Amino acid sequence: MNDFSTTGGSRRDFLRKASAVTGAAALGGFPAIVSAQAKPIRIGLVGIMSGRVAQALLSAQSAISMDIDAFNKAGGLNGRMIELVPHDSKGKPDDAARYTREMINSEGCEIILDFEGSSGSFAVHEVIRGSKALCVHCGSEAAQLTADPKLQIPNAFRTARQSIHDSIVGGKFAANIVKAKGLTRWATIASDYAYGREATPEFLYYVRAGGAKVDIVAESWPKLFQPDYTENIVKLQQAKPEAVFCGLWGGDLVAFMNQANLFNLFNGVTLFSIHMGDYTTMTSIKNMPKGGLYSSNRYVRNFPDTPANKAWSDEFQKKFKALPTNWSWEGSTGMRALIAAMRQTKSADPLKLAEAMRGMQIQSPVGVQANGTITMRAKDQTVVDYALGWGEVIPADPYMVNITAANWREVIALETEWKKRNGYI
Amino acid sequence: MDIEALGQCLSSASCLVTQGMTGMIAGLLLFLVASGLTLIFGVLGFVNFVHGSFYMIGAYFAYSAFQATDSYVAAVVAGTLGVGLLAVVFERFFATRVYDKDHMLQILLCYAFILIFDDLVEVIWGNDFISMGVPQQFVRDPYIILGGVIPPLYVYLIGISLLFALALSLLMWKTKLGKTIRAAAQNRDMVSALGINTTLLFTLVFALGAILAGASGALAAPVRSLTPGMGFDILIESFIVTVIGGMGSIVGGLVASLLIGMVRSFGGIGFPLFTEGLIFMMTATVLLLRPNGLFARRAD
Repeated sequence: MNDFSTTGGSRRDFLRKASAVTGAAALGGFPAIVSAQAKPIRIGLVGIMSGRVAQALLSAQSAISMDIDAFNKAGGLNGRMIELVPHDSKGKPDDAARYTREMINSEGCEIILDFEGSSGSFAVHEVIRGSKALCVHCGSEAAQLTADPKLQIPNAFRTARQSIHDSIVGGKFAANIVKAKGLTRWATIASDYAYGREATPEFLYYVRAGGAKVDIVAESWPKLFQPDYTENIVKLQQAKPEAVFCGLWGGDLVAFMNQANLFNLFNGVTLFSIHMGDYTTMTSIKNMPKGGLYSSNRYVRNFPDTPANKAWSDEFQKKFKALPTNWSWEGSTGMRALIAAMRQTKSADPLKLAEAMRGMQIQSPVGVQANGTITMRAKDQTVVDYALGWGEVIPADPYMVNITAANWREVIALETEWKKRNGYI
Repeated sequence: MDIEALGQCLSSASCLVTQGMTGMIAGLLLFLVASGLTLIFGVLGFVNFVHGSFYMIGAYFAYSAFQATDSYVAAVVAGTLGVGLLAVVFERFFATRVYDKDHMLQILLCYAFILIFDDLVEVIWGNDFISMGVPQQFVRDPYIILGGVIPPLYVYLIGISLLFALALSLLMWKTKLGKTIRAAAQNRDMVSALGINTTLLFTLVFALGAILAGASGALAAPVRSLTPGMGFDILIESFIVTVIGGMGSIVGGLVASLLIGMVRSFGGIGFPLFTEGLIFMMTATVLLLRPNGLFARRAD
């Protein structure tokens, strides 16, 4: 007697049922497989999206979206698309830290792009230290963030420029000008926070190192985002400087310039302003100082004077009806580094990406190496070989002329000497 | 701390002129905002936390009008009257519902509108800072008086601010409307019983207070970077003015505003990193010695 045939059917029935069950199991599992492949790569973005320096993250986000769109259109990473998760810290370090923690712990972000200024970036950095997430600092220019060995962590990188680089190049540039003009009386104004306090003495150190005599006749340290600079302007004016170093930026810089022009502060005074060389700032200043205005090239489309730079600037302008800024290229460099690392490792795992990014040559519109790349230096995980120079600011297109390009070998040598001087090596 | 620099300034005519003028302009612009706040609280008993937003919106309205007309006068008028109209709508539909309620409820309502106005400004004018620029008629060399430097725009701002202060004083002390407002501040029920339309009166007072804030924002716009949320700092200072000067006292508000302006101006020389601290120390001292303020009265 065939028990099988009386209780459950024939072998054919068994095989049919087994196939059905297997098929059902496969179908049940298939969505899980599909969803794993389609799971987006969530990248958290934290920075200042409102207020006087909103241009930083807003323009960076635009540039980043260009890179992301191209990546996603090409199929992403095995079908996984990049998804940005932005948060506005409004410039408050405690909020920046909180959002970073939330993005990592609750919002599924294993990669963070940080666009905080120096005050917020240190807060974000400490959150990253205690996590496995990969962070790229695209905004903070405080050199200490990556120079200080006590702050270096394997999962944090920087694609923002550094104040020490600008000071080295700017100081030498300024020294040549003030020596030629015979200017020795200096006044300084910079916001009273980490970046302002670091950049000011660095710049003057390199002016002196360039052979110029520097007598500091006045220093002024307004609060970050201070609305009225009248008392600072009057203090500087009372001291009768011949040259002024200005470390203000964004809306602070524009407000200061507009107010200072009312007092004719720059009548016969030469101004060196690190942050003037961005289009949003240069086009907002209606009256340029008569004594001469010089700045670092934050971002200008004619430096480097390459087809790649112009093409990128044109694409940005066509898409967003605005010109790129310094933060645009810094953000784009960060995103391009991540994308290149993903393609290289075929993974979005933060540890693997970090490994791939060390020493990477990153294709960038402001890369000055022969192949148009910027270098992510492995030792301190920060970028070098980006377009760095100082020039004269004028009130009409191209807004910046006579740009003296940096010699990167010299910059790195002086940077090393600065690190030794500060006990970082 | 640089006491020597402060001493040198106090013994220098040019420094006294420049710093004195600086303190005056800061104080007068603050006075315009604070007097509106004190008027609203003095008469209506309403803690108007939206006042800083009126300052912000006045600046933005002025910016847009200046872009359209290239006229600073049109910009100031637009900022002033535009905020007045907005204030009428806010008062009629929202503020009036919480006049007799707990102050915490008033603050909650105002805080909600601070966020709403900030977001609306972002939507209409964008997140980024915008700069109105100095009107062409003021782009000229500053005046030199006893060696002190005084920009023409600042002379204009001082003049206009003093005119506003004078007009407000005349309104409050020399007109029937002013008398009615002062009476309502003392006893609104009695004023209502006398057949005066207190609803209309309150709307008028609220609008007047807001107009002063809007005017301050419009006047200051050429020398500020306009950003969403820019009204918050001046709101805090306005409350400090009302604490020092006395809630409901316009004269107290003027004296307190000028005091704060001078502390900023001269304190910036002697105590550059502690100017805010000085202002709060002054506030604490007044609170300890005269808790109701230097010129405490309901309204004058």
